[in-house]
Amino acid sequence: MIRWLLLLFGGLLLGGIVHLGTVMMVPRTATQDAYARLSPVAPVNTVAQIEAPQPDKARLTYMDPAFALAICRYDLSGGSLKFSVPVSQAYTSVTFYSRYDVAYYAINDRAAGRRVIELDLMTPEQRAQLPEDEDVTAADRLIVETPTVTGLIAVRALAPEPGLMAMARASLTAAKCNLAK
Amino acid sequence: MRLLFGSLFMLAIAALAGLGATWLSLTRHTAFGGLTIGAWTAWPKAGTGDADPYARANIARTGQLPVGLGDGVTFMAQEDDNGTPLDGRCTVTLSGTTPAARFWTLTLYDLRGNLVANTLNRYGFTSQEIVRDADGQFTITVTSRAVSGNWLPTGGDGRYRLLLRLYDTPVGVATRAGREVPMPRVEAKDCP
Repeated sequence: MIRWLLLLFGGLLLGGIVHLGTVMMVPRTATQDAYARLSPVAPVNTVAQIEAPQPDKARLTYMDPAFALAICRYDLSGGSLKFSVPVSQAYTSVTFYSRYDVAYYAINDRAAGRRVIELDLMTPEQRAQLPEDEDVTAADRLIVETPTVTGLIAVRALAPEPGLMAMARASLTAAKCNLAK
Repeated sequence: MRLLFGSLFMLAIAALAGLGATWLSLTRHTAFGGLTIGAWTAWPKAGTGDADPYARANIARTGQLPVGLGDGVTFMAQEDDNGTPLDGRCTVTLSGTTPAARFWTLTLYDLRGNLVANTLNRYGFTSQEIVRDADGQFTITVTSRAVSGNWLPTGGDGRYRLLLRLYDTPVGVATRAGREVPMPRVEAKDCP
């Protein structure tokens, strides 16, 4: 009897490890995560406009229908990235997601404080290679470090009323993301 | 022989308990650090690089891009203030005010995260569309039958959840439930 109880206890302990291991593995094995869903419509290092969600077809789950959405799927293996978007009339935000859809950085138009949100995206290695004197000029250039070489930049512009959606979309068409020369 | 049976028994328990717990935690939407106010719960940390493994697993499995913390915070409700599950056949009233934010949006989703079809093509409200009382409070009626005022149509049947997203808001990781964070009351009536 004691023996079986011990085995049960050991099994539960082992089960705890299995549980933690599988939970940690889910992001790396998910085939329908946001990155995978966006890959077919978002070319690398280009801004792609994503269609507004409809009940029967939506590119992602839990999309906010009041927002126009554009995606830049980045790959920094060829160098760092320059990103810019003019702010829309109501509200514009830029959110950076790692390859596993973790939002590691987000900024809105008011925090950026200008008419155009401009950011440089680089890996920690690329940032370390920046020449010293360029760090000085970096004061007026926001630098964001990505934890993964690939990932997503989501640009969202709010349409406070449905009639303003065209205007929100138009502000996103001016968004740019290119590899720095 | 006893050793073999013993080991098999232990491994079976491990697989059952481990995978069962994983499945439960993913389908029940569990994560650490939830901020619950009335019927609403937010996971501000899920929108940062410090998201815990459960939040990460849930984000990857559902296929969403969560709102980043520098952008806003998402509150979710799938039951009313008394714990009644939100159902398309009930009449659900949201009333009161929201925490400080530059904009907010309220959106209705089915349990898989899709919008719910309706004849009006209305899937939610923004803070600018809402009709308010003189004191700034508002009432939103979520029901399948047309009503006057702020009507948010449901698909008629089935469970749903409401997401209230606050954009450019002081609400965040350090926020504690209390009087400074007023969330709308949620009351379900006429449930079958």
